[in-house]
Amino acid sequence: MNNKIKFVQGNEACVEGALYAGIDFFAGYPITPSTEIAELLSMELPKRAGKFIQMEDEIASMAAIIGASLTGHKVMTATSGPGFSLKQEALGYACMAEIPCVIVNVQRGGPSTGNPTHVSQGDINQAKWGTHGDHSIIALTASNHQDVFEMTVEAFNFAETYRTPVILLFDEVIGHMREKITIPEQGDLAVVQRLRTSVKKGVDYHPYLPREDGRLPMSDFGSEHRYNVTGLFHDMWGFPSNNPKVVRELLHHLVDKIDNNVDQITRHREYWLDDAEYVLVSYGSSARSAIHLAKNRRKRGNKIGVLELQTIWPFPKELVRRKCAGARAVIVVEMNMGQVLHQVKSAVDNPASVFLANRIDGKLISPTDIKTLLRVIQGKGV
Amino acid sequence: MQRSRIVLSGSGGQGVITAAIILSEAAVIYEKMNATQSQSYGAAARGGSTRSDIILSDSEINFPKVIQPNILVCLTQESYDTYSPIIRPGGILLVDSKYVVTKQKVDARHISLPMYTKVMEEIGKPIVFNICMLGALIGISKLVKPESIMKVLKIKIPKDFLAMNQKALDLGLKMGAQSIN
Repeated sequence: MNNKIKFVQGNEACVEGALYAGIDFFAGYPITPSTEIAELLSMELPKRAGKFIQMEDEIASMAAIIGASLTGHKVMTATSGPGFSLKQEALGYACMAEIPCVIVNVQRGGPSTGNPTHVSQGDINQAKWGTHGDHSIIALTASNHQDVFEMTVEAFNFAETYRTPVILLFDEVIGHMREKITIPEQGDLAVVQRLRTSVKKGVDYHPYLPREDGRLPMSDFGSEHRYNVTGLFHDMWGFPSNNPKVVRELLHHLVDKIDNNVDQITRHREYWLDDAEYVLVSYGSSARSAIHLAKNRRKRGNKIGVLELQTIWPFPKELVRRKCAGARAVIVVEMNMGQVLHQVKSAVDNPASVFLANRIDGKLISPTDIKTLLRVIQGKGV
Repeated sequence: MQRSRIVLSGSGGQGVITAAIILSEAAVIYEKMNATQSQSYGAAARGGSTRSDIILSDSEINFPKVIQPNILVCLTQESYDTYSPIIRPGGILLVDSKYVVTKQKVDARHISLPMYTKVMEEIGKPIVFNICMLGALIGISKLVKPESIMKVLKIKIPKDFLAMNQKALDLGLKMGAQSIN
């Protein structure tokens, strides 16, 4: 038996990915449907000299991972719905102070405590705009457990590369469903390590002075250099500033470091798109239904393809425009009231040809749900 | 192998979801099949109705939920009443005779076995009821080899409980096999 093959929940695949990427600090507060992530890391991290802390709530958990990351650790927290709302303020702090961290949101029905044990994809916009002020963010998702593993590794890599919080937007079906994964060998997937400053101890270190390539080398807080970290607009020393030039340049930097690298950050999968007359755009567990339907309709000669988005934010507009350019109609398949639909409509050449197949009742959208809409669009009746 | 779509249903605490995990893990790890296992449950820790969907297949599985099971197991009257209408015509419907009175209203092969009663008579511990049910299911359907189930159990449960589980599995296998002869 190959012990690299496992039959696991999506939440466990996420934990395996985080361990592969080198997580050594997790703070969290358990909440369905993300609890297994905290539970498993509470067992695994102590074995590897890592730290697991169950904090008093989600706000404190977010603050704890920010602090731990500054001191040089690879960090993650996991939550869902109401917990994700609580993390928003500190999430903004991590954006502003440019602190690498990974936040898992296993989406459940909302608003409020909503539908804890049932699936939803209603936090797409919150992931981008839940914290206040102009900023950019990276949010990734996946539709199967092998990809959950890989996207988790990517999340840690992007967090380090761009010095930013990265959100993993899974959903209840992906989190709780079990299927097979194969754990890659160390070295099979790239793992980005912390970029540390080469400035010697006792020499002035500017925490927010970018290198020529735009990256900001870090210094483990509390070790070799003294520096300031703040949620206020700040200069290269990290000290607060309301100098208009400093404010404008910092805000541009925070947005541009992500938005100018959309191509590097975009991950997607595509199925049968080459000659597709109808393109289903989907992500997360609803992409499974889209792929299922397309596969079955292909057998009957229907030219249907699927564009599965793994990077949700920054939204890959150009990719979506290109892949949907030849389609008669585009159907966005998601479990909310049209959050990615809005993005797709603003990306494609012909927004009037974009339709929404959704489900918002806590049930996984089925291939039949999509087929029903497709038949209406094709003029075949219901 | 054709695709098997299985729904196991019952009440929280009967081990329905555990049984589903064991069955699908056996299929994936020891019989090189693909499987998805998912479940639906409410916010209650005990009681309430439980359902687990399993798909076993040689090919890739995308949509992981079961709309029309070809195998349906119901361990409570409530789950029987709820789910028996969704069975695929000609499918197998396995129930526990202590908990479920069947109404024979659907086109399926009804198999009613005294699994709980036998477990209590011969082993005396209700915790292996679900393993007996798995045994019966395999005895009827040959979904996986009984050895594969035991291999999973060897990893998952303490050594001292293995013999009891083996006994429950065998009890189920025998009842299942007899029911189709």
